[in-house]
Amino acid sequence: MPSAIELCQLFKTFDDHQVLQGLDLEIEEGEILTILGGSGTGKSVLLRMMIGLLKPDAGRILIEGQDLVPLPEDDLLKVRRKVGMLFQGAALFDSLTVLENVAFPLREHTRMTAGEIRDRVAEVLALVGMAGTEEKVPAELSGGMRKRVGLARAIALTPRLVLYDEPTTGLDPRNVEKINELITDLRAKLRVTSVVVTHDLQSAFRISDRVALLSEGRIAGTGTPAEIGQSQSPVVQEFLAGQL
Amino acid sequence: MNGTQITRGTVLVLGGKVTELLARLGDVALLAGRTFYYALKPPFEFRTLTQQMDHIGVRSVAICGIAAVFTGLVLALQTTYGLARFGAKGYVGIVVSLSMVRELGPVLTALLVGGRVGSGMTAELGAMKVTEQIDAMRALGANHIKKLVVPRVLSVMLVLPLLTVLADALGIFGGLLISQYEFHVEPYLYMSTIWRNLGLADLLSGLGKTVVFGFLIGIIGCYNGLEVSGGTEGIGRATTATVVTSAILILISDFFLTKFFWWLEFLS
Repeated sequence: MPSAIELCQLFKTFDDHQVLQGLDLEIEEGEILTILGGSGTGKSVLLRMMIGLLKPDAGRILIEGQDLVPLPEDDLLKVRRKVGMLFQGAALFDSLTVLENVAFPLREHTRMTAGEIRDRVAEVLALVGMAGTEEKVPAELSGGMRKRVGLARAIALTPRLVLYDEPTTGLDPRNVEKINELITDLRAKLRVTSVVVTHDLQSAFRISDRVALLSEGRIAGTGTPAEIGQSQSPVVQEFLAGQL
Repeated sequence: MNGTQITRGTVLVLGGKVTELLARLGDVALLAGRTFYYALKPPFEFRTLTQQMDHIGVRSVAICGIAAVFTGLVLALQTTYGLARFGAKGYVGIVVSLSMVRELGPVLTALLVGGRVGSGMTAELGAMKVTEQIDAMRALGANHIKKLVVPRVLSVMLVLPLLTVLADALGIFGGLLISQYEFHVEPYLYMSTIWRNLGLADLLSGLGKTVVFGFLIGIIGCYNGLEVSGGTEGIGRATTATVVTSAILILISDFFLTKFFWWLEFLS
């Protein structure tokens, strides 16, 4: 299977803290890959690099063969059309309604009419189980609902790649279940490549095709959930035992 | 610790501060450059621009108006008191109008708008930054400078001259009231000294300054908002920095702009 994303020898330092130290990772087209790791190991940094919000100090980030690192912001904006991202706190625009939030990328990148935009918004909201909430503002929504609207906004342009930053953090078990179902459903319905960053072990093992463990700035191990579960690597075992 | 070590330490601290200041100035200059670039690059965000103009302009009318009327009242009170000693209280109109149009109208309006609008911009963009809304905007393929900074900076640059015209008029009117009722200067005399002596150059020099003040308020407000770090506490620090920095920059640039417009008037 061809690689949707290739990360080659990534290095990143913040002040004196070296977050990534020569990280390599390949993500195949259409798979759900979860990146696990303790707090502060650079999981979110890695995800932000995949969409060009952060640049590495060294290394290459290939999205469908195109290196993001040398691209200026204007060219990155075009690449981001192919990528959707769900932020940890959903990051909905406070001053806009649900309709305007989900319509934002459609207005930005397409020449759709107001009616077509409304129809597309209704379609993606239905896909995430939020039909009929178009006129609400983010302040009226619960944490789980905000994440689902954030996801609707991320997939409005039908991206080929969706990045999830801690999608289940801060949610009750019922909403965790709903978000997990959505991630697997979206892969099935839209055939997207999904990269999930989380420290929620249960969700990771439930939804992933492959799991990668990030430790000390590198990928300490990758494999299917079953392979990771049986890994003899001390780092993986330590993490699974909750010692990291 | 000996004297050499203390001197070395002081130089290091000062050097660090100067480097930090220069880095910030560089960042502000870069943001200003990008703002101009995206302001001229289509598509233009007219809807957001009008929303911002309404937000900044219409909602600042009351505060600027009240400040201008009372400034005019005080200015006329003090000036007529002084002029009366030389039997020249009839000239209060031109003194008040020149002071308002060339100096007090633009500077006071800019200081008030800078405090109200500049800090508001910082707080709004800062909150968007800490809640990842700016990252989300970029992730959705939108240019945050074009979407957020350009309309804000342009709207202050466009609205400030209009608010200043209003402030000038209200200040002169305030002066007229106090000179008529307190010092018995005929309104006709008050206004005729203005018509005869106040030139277009006086008005334009005042309004010209406000465009620069507007740019400074907008760019400082947006820069501090985009640079917020450290959550809500960081937003508080950034808004204070915006009020202080924009006020100081307005006062410093006022001197140089006044000299510049004098030079222009001298040339023409």
